[in-house]
Amino acid sequence: MARDGIHGRFDLARAAFALSAEFRAPGRGITAVFGPSGGGKTTLLRCIAGLERAAGAFALDDETWQDDAAGVFVAPHRRAIGYVFQEANLFPHLSVRGNIEYGWRRVPATARRVPLDQTIELLGLEGLLARYPERLSGGERQRVAIARALVTSPRLLLMDEPLSALDREAKAGLMPYLERLHETLAIPVLYVSHALDEVTRLADYLLVLREGKIQAHGPMADMLVNLQFSIAPADEAGAIVDAVVAGHEDRYELTALEFGGGRLTVAQRLYPLGRRVRLRIHARDVSIALSRAADTSILNILPARVAQIADAGPAQWLVRLETGDPQMPTALLSRITRRSGEALGLRPGLAVYAQIKSVALVG
Amino acid sequence: MEWPALWLTLRLAGITALLLLLLGTPLAWWLARTRFRFKSVVEAVVALPLVLPPTVLGFYLLLVLAPSGAIGRLWQGLGGDPLVFSFSGLVIGSVIYSLPFAVQPLQAAFATLSRGCMEAAATLRAAPLDRFLSVAAPLARPGFLTAAVLGFAHTLGEFGVVLMIGGNIPGRTRVISIAVYDQVETLQYRDAHLLSAAVLTLSFVLLLAVYTLNRRHRHGT
Repeated sequence: MARDGIHGRFDLARAAFALSAEFRAPGRGITAVFGPSGGGKTTLLRCIAGLERAAGAFALDDETWQDDAAGVFVAPHRRAIGYVFQEANLFPHLSVRGNIEYGWRRVPATARRVPLDQTIELLGLEGLLARYPERLSGGERQRVAIARALVTSPRLLLMDEPLSALDREAKAGLMPYLERLHETLAIPVLYVSHALDEVTRLADYLLVLREGKIQAHGPMADMLVNLQFSIAPADEAGAIVDAVVAGHEDRYELTALEFGGGRLTVAQRLYPLGRRVRLRIHARDVSIALSRAADTSILNILPARVAQIADAGPAQWLVRLETGDPQMPTALLSRITRRSGEALGLRPGLAVYAQIKSVALVG
Repeated sequence: MEWPALWLTLRLAGITALLLLLLGTPLAWWLARTRFRFKSVVEAVVALPLVLPPTVLGFYLLLVLAPSGAIGRLWQGLGGDPLVFSFSGLVIGSVIYSLPFAVQPLQAAFATLSRGCMEAAATLRAAPLDRFLSVAAPLARPGFLTAAVLGFAHTLGEFGVVLMIGGNIPGRTRVISIAVYDQVETLQYRDAHLLSAAVLTLSFVLLLAVYTLNRRHRHGT
């Protein structure tokens, strides 16, 4: 039977903690393993790498790395993984170049698909090659660690909170590199994080891990608008929308973005036409009207349908709206008062207009 | 000057230091990583030569290395020459006598090795022996240097064990410490001075080299 993507199941009992997780994820793009600290995210990654021995099984496409039933356990150094640790773990006795080439040399020349020089350039490390790790900043260390893992041409890249040891500025500096990786490389990534903003910026797919168990999983955009299982705190609730740059309105310094649900106008970004961007639209910034208001300052008004309504506290509703093609809708969230909702007579299926007060470009 | 004694001593110390590294490294690696229940027992046995009077150690060695002893009989059964009062016997005695001086610095160096670096090497396709040679060994370099030099220098100063299992046979078992003792006994103070000064200088230079190099390793790259 041909199998696609990531399949795993691990059971591990420790004194203070138990992991019991069965999961699937697509074999491409970035899958975030998200959840509170101490929920087993790092342990799960270590089991996938074979650094930790749990009972269970793991396979990526047609490649099995562990299958206890068949007595298969591939040693970590024989798995085509790249692992970026929380604390870089660079070799202090080797220069940046030595670190990057360490794994690269150990991969047969015919299996090297990720080019050394381009990766060094992609991560902006050309000027640092002769330095030793102790003379690098935290952000630089993580970039070296990422390059070092990438040039082994892994079939799966495991990243364990690569940003968590960094300060805000270094985080912001590293983020564009991670996004570039996403665009340039076809290597699937499992990205562990407890930071919702990182996850909404980067991830395509989400596994929610709490107390050692997978509590929910699904495409990132769907997970954010799931009213049964909210991953964000109430006032952070919102949707993400992947759009492309469709035009510029130079006179007003605005940029038009297009997605399945229509067009959105945002403050100008000098991006080329056709470039993919990710937008985050908070529920608190979306209001609902029954007719298209002509006399409003709000630029972004989209026709939508009410899909689902849930209580968000005693006085408020969280409403999931769907825009665009009903077969492949793009969802938005709106937070309104219960009083407004009842006054408008909102119910699933009702045609409305979503008035979007603010849109944030996150990637 | 007692050139044969000096040469014999250096040869003995050199071979001993080499064997100590060969045997001490796996032992220290195991001690640094094992969760074996009786690890402390092994550690205590390794440390015994630190506290035992050399004559006591020498006495037991004499018993097991003698032609009638366990090791002596086995050795001679395999076609070896008698071990007691021979250079080979001295090498065996010296290795045991100096074992803690090699194992302890190595064990300490291995115990402080970053687990993260070893795991990173594993995820970068390095097999276990490769990981040891390319990551653990370079990072534990000060430990190796200390082990080699202490093993060497400590063997230079060996007296009681040699006296018990080697005696005083010129060119075979007469090492510097025995020679100096002998010279003082026979009131040849000038020769004793010369030899003692040579050993003192050599030991000091060796130790100075270790401390300087290890200091550089810590502060350099």
